[in-house]
Amino acid sequence: MTTGNGVAVRAERVSRQYEMGSTVIRAVDDVTLEVRSAEFVALLGSSGSGKSTLLNLMAGLDRPTGGAIFANGKNLSEMSSLELARYRSLTVGMVFQSFNLLPRMTLEENVELPLRLAEVDRSERGKRAQEALERVHLEKRLGHRPSEMSGGEQQRAALARALVNRPTLLFADEPTGNLDSATGESIMLLLKEVQQKLGMTIVMVTHERPLAERFADRIVALADGKLVSDGVKS
Amino acid sequence: MKAGDLGELALRNLREAVLRNSLTTLGVAVGVASLVAMLSLGVGMQELATKRLSNSGLFDTVMVTQRRAFEGMRRATVNPVPEKAARELDEDARKELERLPNVVEVYPQIRFPTEVRYNGTPFSTIVAGVPASAQQTGAYDGIQGNFFSSQNADEAILQIQLAKDLSPQPATLIGKDLVVRYAEREALPPQNPASEAGGKTVAEDTGAGGFSIVPREKKLRIVGIVETEPAAGFGGFGSGRLLIPLDVASTLRAAQVNDLRDAVRAGNGKQNYASLTVRAKSPTQVEGIETAIKAMGFGTFSLLDASRNLQLFFTIFDLLLAIFGSLALAVATLGIINTLVMAILERRREIGILKALGAADRDVKQLFFVEAGVMGLLGGIFGVVFGWLIGRALTWGTNIYLNRQNLPSAHVFSVPWWLVLGAIVFAVAVSLAAGLYPASRAARLNPVEALRYE
Repeated sequence: MTTGNGVAVRAERVSRQYEMGSTVIRAVDDVTLEVRSAEFVALLGSSGSGKSTLLNLMAGLDRPTGGAIFANGKNLSEMSSLELARYRSLTVGMVFQSFNLLPRMTLEENVELPLRLAEVDRSERGKRAQEALERVHLEKRLGHRPSEMSGGEQQRAALARALVNRPTLLFADEPTGNLDSATGESIMLLLKEVQQKLGMTIVMVTHERPLAERFADRIVALADGKLVSDGVKS
Repeated sequence: MKAGDLGELALRNLREAVLRNSLTTLGVAVGVASLVAMLSLGVGMQELATKRLSNSGLFDTVMVTQRRAFEGMRRATVNPVPEKAARELDEDARKELERLPNVVEVYPQIRFPTEVRYNGTPFSTIVAGVPASAQQTGAYDGIQGNFFSSQNADEAILQIQLAKDLSPQPATLIGKDLVVRYAEREALPPQNPASEAGGKTVAEDTGAGGFSIVPREKKLRIVGIVETEPAAGFGGFGSGRLLIPLDVASTLRAAQVNDLRDAVRAGNGKQNYASLTVRAKSPTQVEGIETAIKAMGFGTFSLLDASRNLQLFFTIFDLLLAIFGSLALAVATLGIINTLVMAILERRREIGILKALGAADRDVKQLFFVEAGVMGLLGGIFGVVFGWLIGRALTWGTNIYLNRQNLPSAHVFSVPWWLVLGAIVFAVAVSLAAGLYPASRAARLNPVEALRYE
């Protein structure tokens, strides 16, 4: 799904400021960025560069204090809280650095959770969860809890949960940050496979340039909240 | 989120902190139990009082007299009913009264002074005639022994005080015989002037036949003993202590107070009743019946106003008990708020995850609401059970005390179905109200901040 001319999501002069007493922190400062449909974009930057804040703004988890973000042709800033929730539910899939699986739920229940929130029929849920888990090769771990799984398996489960509602946009915030390099690489291979097989648009935050250069189609670098470089890798 | 999923997630969340949530639910249960116990006590006391008063025949009966008999007792009314000329209270009038709507029965008040002989010792007392219908009203439920075998049986039921006068062990009187001495009224043909004949004292009415007073005796078998005269009404001249079937009382033709009055005034020659008791289908019908009877030209008397005052008293009594009972529930409400606020702190990250996965503020709010509601529902159900158990214990303890005081057992506690449902609904409503603030707070959480929370 695009905002027109093959653009999946577009940030126009987006700013996000935080006020800490009398100090104003510009986490994202006047950033303009276009992500094309089916593109794999890596947001690269050091800690505090504003890359996660920009990702959250594009994922509809936060609202900008300036500028606008367009997805599906709609300005996220103008959406109501309910519309934004529906956008997160149906259009967006999210993967986090710390997996964020609910520890008291089994793998199957965790993957089904977005389907419950999207009010998908109970009869449909099992099939969709199974399908998503097969994609990440975890179809035999349905009844296991997160604590019974390795970090890599948990991140694969989180990816299955992000895909289960068949979104068009996948936002990944440091998906390999808590994993060793070998496991991290397997997750990146999965993300690439998802992008290529499903034609999904992926925006991934990372501070690991080698990973970004190896897997992303395009690398956007941020520093101090500003976009410092944007280019298709060589 | 769908209701089923909301309920499932809420129950799962409640199970996660099972000890804390159980204690909170127990708090609600104690609050509801206190409320149920207090209100059940109020309801029980009201039912007890109503039953006792209803058995006394005070609230569903209208006493009908010839109008002049109650001139001095007439109540002031805002809109007095237009009254016909005073009528005689005779058999025709009785039949007419029986035809009035919502009237169950009409019977004369037969009460007369007598002397009872038991084991050769005389005791003065008052005899009262009891209609057969008195048994069906439940008025004789607490009787020791039996009710009359028939309306023509020469049987007597004793009021406990008379029974104690007759024997130090009243229960042994049942099945024994006693003799009643009374004055029979014997009609005389019209004659003039007044004379004495055969040792009989003769009174004469110039317009009707007079009557003589003849001493008689009647042997009666004691079949039962009651605490007080049930369904005594407010007619006659004191509570009956020796109760006999109304039909037997009629056949005795015992001289009553109004006989002397009738003897000295002109009449139509028919037998007049001193008063008739009209029993209504229910106390609520009394007012309409009373109005109709007044319009017929009779004097009436009922305790309608007293009944209303009694209802007012118990309404206020119940209200006060409910307020005291609700105090514990108010404390329990604070427990729910505390538990849910704690849950928000603990589940902050989870709320962030739910929002990131597409949960709307409304979903999060509803989730906390359902959790509060479930605690309220379970607390309400357990509370009703606890309250009922408290009531049983209270009734048990009260009856032990009453029995030690030689008083009959009583149901001082009643849990009607409306109280059961009301208490559960109230517990859920209060719990939802308690969940309002935590639910709103959870719904307002910023997902980015919540996800950052460790």
